[in-house]
Amino acid sequence: MKPSPFKYHDPSSLSEAVGLLGSLENAKLLAGGQSLGPMLNYRYVMPDHLVDLNKVVDLTHIHIEKGRVHVGAMARQRVLERDPGLQKACPIVREALLEVGHFQTRNRGTIGGSLAHLDPAAELPGVMALYDATLELAGPRGKRTVPMAEWGRGYMSPNLEPDEILTGLAWDAWEGVQGHAFVEFARRRGDFAIVAVGCLLALDAKQAIRRAAISLVGVAYAPVRLPSAEKFLIGSKGEEQAIEAAAAEARKIEAKSDLFASGAYRQRLAGVLTARAVKTAYQRALGENAGK
Amino acid sequence: MTDKRTITLTVNGQRHTREVETRMHLADFLRRELRLTGTHLGCEHGVCGACTVLLDGEAVRSCILFAVQAHGCDVITTEGLAAPDGTFSVLQQAFWEKHGLQCGFCTPGMLTTLTAFLRETPDPTEEQVRDAISGNLCRCTGYATIVEAALSAARRLRGEG
Repeated sequence: MKPSPFKYHDPSSLSEAVGLLGSLENAKLLAGGQSLGPMLNYRYVMPDHLVDLNKVVDLTHIHIEKGRVHVGAMARQRVLERDPGLQKACPIVREALLEVGHFQTRNRGTIGGSLAHLDPAAELPGVMALYDATLELAGPRGKRTVPMAEWGRGYMSPNLEPDEILTGLAWDAWEGVQGHAFVEFARRRGDFAIVAVGCLLALDAKQAIRRAAISLVGVAYAPVRLPSAEKFLIGSKGEEQAIEAAAAEARKIEAKSDLFASGAYRQRLAGVLTARAVKTAYQRALGENAGK
Repeated sequence: MTDKRTITLTVNGQRHTREVETRMHLADFLRRELRLTGTHLGCEHGVCGACTVLLDGEAVRSCILFAVQAHGCDVITTEGLAAPDGTFSVLQQAFWEKHGLQCGFCTPGMLTTLTAFLRETPDPTEEQVRDAISGNLCRCTGYATIVEAALSAARRLRGEG
C-alpha cells in the first residue's frame, strides 16, 4: 500500500507543467489526489514521474462574468461548494458536490481532477454535461477546447492526449426562473453513485417548462444527456404524464452491469430518479417564481 | 533511483525539517519520522478516515497526501488537540464522558474530523454530525456515542453547558 518510486515535480506555472508533461516518459499529473492517491497506493498506476499541479496557482480561479462561469481545473471542490457567486448562479453544483466523497476528500479534490479522471459514477461530469460546459486544454501543440458532449471517449478515457493538461471549464449559467435537482442513489453516503440524475428546468411566464436538461451518471461509461426525455418536458407544467414519458426514456439507456448492480436494476433506478429529479426541479422553479 | 527532498513543516506548533522520499505519505512521515503514532492508518486508500489530520486548518486524508506536499504547511494531528499540559480539548472531554470510543482505532480521525466540523458548524443537527463522520469508519460501530459526544461538545463550545 505504498506507491512505487517516482520522481516528483512541482512546477509553479502552467507552461512549466506543459513542458514537463511533454518531455517526460510515463508521467502522470497529480491534481487533488483523491483518486490518483489510492491508485498509486494500490499500484494500479506506476508512473516514473509525478507532475504535481498544486503549485500552479493560476488554475484555481472561479469567476462569473455576464452569466458565463469560468472555473480553473485546480479549483478545489470544497471551495466551489462554499462559493456564494456560484451558489447563486448554479446552485446544482453545490447540491451535487455534497454527494462527492466526504468533506475531507473535497478539501483536496478538484473539479479538473474529477473531469480528467472521468469515473463513470462521478457527479461533477454529470453537472458539466447539464450545462454543455466547454473544457479548456493546454499542451505542447497549443490550446484547444472540447465540448462536454465530446469529452468521454470510453471507460475513464476523456478526450485528452497524454501530453495535454485540462486547465479549466467554462459554461453559461441559465437565465430566468429556474429549478434544479441532483438526486443520487448510493449504498452509503459518500459512496460512488449507483445512479445519479441531475436536472435543470427553466420556466416561461405561464409556468410551463421552456428549457430542460437531464443527465445521468453511473449508468454508462460517461455522463448521458437525455435530449429525448428533455423534449417531453418542454411546454409541460410538471404533469405526471410528461414526467413519466421522460422517465421512460431514462429506462431505455443501455446500462452497465457490475458487482454492485445489474444493468436492469440501473435502468429501473434511472427511471425512478429521473422522475424524482424533474419533480423536485419543477417544484423549486415554482417556488422561485412565487418568491419574485 | 530514490527521489528525495528536504521539507520543513509545522506539526502541532513545532517546526520540523527532514529529508524525505517524495513518495512518502504525510501519514507515514508523521508516524515514522516524527514518531507521532496517534495518526492511524486503516485502509491506506482514503476511505476509512483514521489518518485524518488538519492541514492549514482543513481536515484531509494524510494517507493520500505526500509529505512533500505539506512543505510549508501547518499540520495538527490528534496529539495536538489537547492543551500542552495534557488537558483535553472540549471535544476530547466529551468523548471521554460519553464513551465515544471503544477500541480507539478510529478515534484520532473522528477527533480531527469533528474538530474541523464543529469550528465551521457550531450548532449542528444530529444529521449533520452523522454526515460529517460518514467518511470515518468505526468498526466497533460505536457511532451513537460518538454522535452524542459531538453534540455535547458543540453545546459546551457554544457556552450552553
